[in-house]
Amino acid sequence: MTQAADNSTHSGPLPDERGHFGSFGGCFVAETLMAPLDELNAAYRKYMQDPDFQAELDKDLAHFVGRPSPLYYAERWSNELGGARIYLKREDLNHTGAHKINNTVGQVLLAKRMGKTRIIAETGAGQHGVASATVAARMGMECVVYMGAEDIKRQAINVYRMRLLGATVVSVESGSRTLKDALNEAMRDWVTNIDNTFYIIGTVAGPHPYPAMVRDFQTIIGREARQQIMEMEGRLPDALVACVGGGSNAIGLFHPFLDDRDVAIYGVEGGGDGVETGRHAAPLCAGSPGVLHGNRTYLMEDRDGQIIETHSISAGLDYPGVGPEHAWLKDTGRASYVAITDAEALEAFHVLTRTEGIMPALESSHALAYTAKLAADMNSDQIVIVNLSGRGDKDVHTIAALEGIKV
Amino acid sequence: MSRIQQRFSELQAQQRKALIPFVTAGDPQPDVTVPLLHAMVAAGADLLEIGVPFSDPMADGPVIQAACERALKHHVTLHQVLDMVREFRQEDVSTPVILMGYLNPIEVWGYADFANAAAEAGVDGVLTVDLPPEEAGDFTAAMQTAGIDSIFLLAPTSDDSRMRKVSAVASGFIYYVSFKGVTGANRLDISSVSSKLKELRQYTKLPVGVGFGIRDAETAALVADVADAVVVGSVLVGQLAELADQPEIIPSTLAATVAELRAAIDQPV
Repeated sequence: MTQAADNSTHSGPLPDERGHFGSFGGCFVAETLMAPLDELNAAYRKYMQDPDFQAELDKDLAHFVGRPSPLYYAERWSNELGGARIYLKREDLNHTGAHKINNTVGQVLLAKRMGKTRIIAETGAGQHGVASATVAARMGMECVVYMGAEDIKRQAINVYRMRLLGATVVSVESGSRTLKDALNEAMRDWVTNIDNTFYIIGTVAGPHPYPAMVRDFQTIIGREARQQIMEMEGRLPDALVACVGGGSNAIGLFHPFLDDRDVAIYGVEGGGDGVETGRHAAPLCAGSPGVLHGNRTYLMEDRDGQIIETHSISAGLDYPGVGPEHAWLKDTGRASYVAITDAEALEAFHVLTRTEGIMPALESSHALAYTAKLAADMNSDQIVIVNLSGRGDKDVHTIAALEGIKV
Repeated sequence: MSRIQQRFSELQAQQRKALIPFVTAGDPQPDVTVPLLHAMVAAGADLLEIGVPFSDPMADGPVIQAACERALKHHVTLHQVLDMVREFRQEDVSTPVILMGYLNPIEVWGYADFANAAAEAGVDGVLTVDLPPEEAGDFTAAMQTAGIDSIFLLAPTSDDSRMRKVSAVASGFIYYVSFKGVTGANRLDISSVSSKLKELRQYTKLPVGVGFGIRDAETAALVADVADAVVVGSVLVGQLAELADQPEIIPSTLAATVAELRAAIDQPV
């Protein structure tokens, strides 16, 4: 029941009051969760306007997360490609090693103000799980993280980090045993423990208000980048690039530039073995609209509406849906979405590591691989900002195993 | 008058409460479902709730999740579920059939096309777990046009305004979820159900069914005392799981359970 016409005619701030980005988004959950989501929405709207809350958030972002993160000119890599000047937004330098902490520090402050004592989260690559366990430890709250059994195997180090931080990691054995199933299980926990539990969703998906709320906590990335590039280059960039799983690091970078029509925007999905093989995680490139996990968006689904398994080298991109605002940006044409294969991402991982001495996460390596293609065809007076959303330490074992090396 | 209304008014005239068993279509294999439905009706089911298998059943506990996985191994689609209803209708034209599931299979089919196909197959009501009234406008309109009742959930977390909102769009009956949790959990608190139902009856004249957490004759009887209908799912689906290797005895075994529940519901508390 998607009405594409809605998208082009919509005006005013998005999402609307009930979480719609055109025909995407919304709040598709069982009745038991409707009242808690209303309560969360009311708290989020109240505290986003509250100076005390904002002051506490700013303080935590500065002194606990380590913001602002640098905008780094990758000079050697840019010169090797012989095209545009490439800047890396260094979210990998945040506390816990990725952009995920920007959101969890915000949501845990909300949880505290709402009187909740228990935190739950889902995680794919483990970065959001670590970021949630981190803020829960700091607040002295109980923390339970749901993680697909397949992902637990792929991300053993992050599982151990969460346990060191005092979180309980629950292995999810249902369905495809990856991120989508972890999200299902977290929802089941939440519906059972609503009274004392705050569910920290890690991406810009899920039911309203999560896509808007997580976006608002992540736009610090784009607001800083905008200011930094103005200081360093005296002008806005020509293009932005970020990887898209659920899409929180991407929307965080993109959102403050949406009204700057001369800034091209590229979201990079996990292309797996190649979009043409069907073994990928690229719903915006090769999926269709549907309803999953509380919102209407592009999905990887079969023609009967069953969600199909995704494939990506990167656990953080291995998700069959995508945030509804990305679906809307795709349909309106404001952003372009492309796919990068596992092999291309792996190559970009090695190139950046060797050229700049920066080891990127496999998720971010997808954005880097597309940046290399894009920048090579641009001029040296043009500027690309790519979101280096996380560091690659967590992926070292995966990469070694792929290359037949015992660590 | 729809089959659902007809059935509830007959029961009311007899001062009896409805028993609604739930099974997942195609669990553990597709050829079991239609004979099982007939056997449950013969054993005393008043309405039937048929689960449409979905890959991501977020509101269900492990028992019904596993049922979805068993059915999906046989690639049971929403189209096939309608075929099963059509086959059931060849021998039974009076027992109301309600489909219960998640929105996406219907979303992908298209609301109006699905509603017409479902009505033609003999479906009387549809309950989509992840479709609250706020998002349901186009959906209920399509169902209404096809003559299908839209069944909605209410829950312990639903306040007055939500009870009013759901009552305004629901038809057939209202399904009250007895506790905060997923299907099959053991958390039924009959006194809280009773007081919530009293509140709810200020907003609706529709019959109210109660489901989640009814696990035996005793809890069925307690619920029947305060509700118009008793929905029993995970207990039956649990038996299906145990008998997955002996599909030939599934209809008779589940019918025996339905008969026990029937007897308990019909006995005054």
